[in-house]
Amino acid sequence: MITIQGLRKKFGSLQVLNDLTLQIPAGQATGIVGPNGSGKTTLIKHLLGLVKPDAGCIEVNGVHLNGSYEYRRHIGYMPQMAQYPENMKVRELIDFIIQMREEEPVFEEELIALFELEKEMQKPLRVLSGGTKQKAGALLALMFDPRILILDEPTAGLDPRSSYQFKQWIKREKDRGKTILLTTHIMSEIEELADHLILLVEGQVRYHGRQSDFIKSNEEQRLEGAVAKILQEVSV
Amino acid sequence: MKALTIVSYQWKDLFRDKWLIGYALIYLVLTDALIRFGGGGPKALLSLSNIMLLFVPLVSLIYGVLYLYQSREFVELLLAQPLDRKSLFAGLYGGLTIPLSLAFVVGAGLPLFYTGVWIQTGFGTVATVFGLGIALSLIFVGVGFLFGLKYFDERVKGFGFALVSWLFLAVLYDGLVLLLVSTFSAYPLEKAMIGLSVLNPIDLARIGVLLEFDISALMGYTGAVFNRFFGSYLGFVIALSCLVLWIAVPAWRGLNLFNKKDF
Repeated sequence: MITIQGLRKKFGSLQVLNDLTLQIPAGQATGIVGPNGSGKTTLIKHLLGLVKPDAGCIEVNGVHLNGSYEYRRHIGYMPQMAQYPENMKVRELIDFIIQMREEEPVFEEELIALFELEKEMQKPLRVLSGGTKQKAGALLALMFDPRILILDEPTAGLDPRSSYQFKQWIKREKDRGKTILLTTHIMSEIEELADHLILLVEGQVRYHGRQSDFIKSNEEQRLEGAVAKILQEVSV
Repeated sequence: MKALTIVSYQWKDLFRDKWLIGYALIYLVLTDALIRFGGGGPKALLSLSNIMLLFVPLVSLIYGVLYLYQSREFVELLLAQPLDRKSLFAGLYGGLTIPLSLAFVVGAGLPLFYTGVWIQTGFGTVATVFGLGIALSLIFVGVGFLFGLKYFDERVKGFGFALVSWLFLAVLYDGLVLLLVSTFSAYPLEKAMIGLSVLNPIDLARIGVLLEFDISALMGYTGAVFNRFFGSYLGFVIALSCLVLWIAVPAWRGLNLFNKKDF
């Protein structure tokens, strides 16, 4: 369970998160949606301790995040645009993260095979395409079998086959009881993967609940239409 | 322990970067040329020291700032792991200062070794010059990190401040001190001169070189003041303490900024 209470964050004069209070259920997949600049990535960065809140508190599995870092052992994070040290080889990057976490990976070989990374292992990261770097990012996030998966626009840059395989993996993880937090602008992905929905607009929670209820209450067939309807109302 | 792992990976990464090898090669070519064409022996080492006093701070500052900017995503990746910020900062700092210092020592040291200059000038003198070079690398990487962290999202500003601070400390500062001395020549300025010299790490290193080569007399009255004060045991301890402070304060302040930074 992830609990967020009264979270506020300002960058300069811009209020990015404004008194955010949320409970993200354990063992389920939650999609975070919202227009650009609504605070999705900032919220995720707060959960990882990359950004410090101006006010409010966050608890992950009962651990109050106040400079602690051990809780991140249970988190697998896949960033929006994976960028790594250019001269490092893929194999070295994986070994480096293994050393940093001081734990043995569970799914390393399986994921290397799934994303067909065998041929890329001895290549420096600078020569890899954006999609291949994204696959390496997916591997790093998933290989330790963490309890919580935080995925920031994970399929951006992935080819259709890899994207499909990635989503299948996430569905499997969901069935295994993992807590999954996903942001994306592809609404069909949220429909496919998430049970719960958080709609953020200008740093505030506009909706938080079951995805099916959100679609129903907006009298729409698809999530995309329901989200568009709300955003239209907000802009008017 | 994790900091050492980061240092070892950064080390490997930097050595694959041709830039660092180029930095070492510049020192190698310069030192070799100074020994061959600059009078050899102590004269060459003194010329090398003067180049070091300008070049090491400049390169360390620029590389300190750029290194942080280039490592942004890497820092984010590492901070998403169960790793404390202190270890990461120590890893980044060590991962840059150690290869930079080593590039200087190997680049400048090899010609001194294969031409036998280190025997002519004495191991103590060579060690002092290299020690000061390493201290300047540590100081200015720390200052570079400070500017990099302070202006993390404004790269041009961070880079600009780094360059201006080098220009001030390496070039303008001495001019200002000279102006002060000539303006207030009627007053006793000994203590003020000593005070001003410890406020600039490049000046501190320069005084170390002057005393080591016993050429402070070339600076006339000022040299005599420095010689009297820094040549004493107390003066030596104060100079060394100031250098240590110059290393510690920017690194400590950088760590504080790094701990509070939003990535």
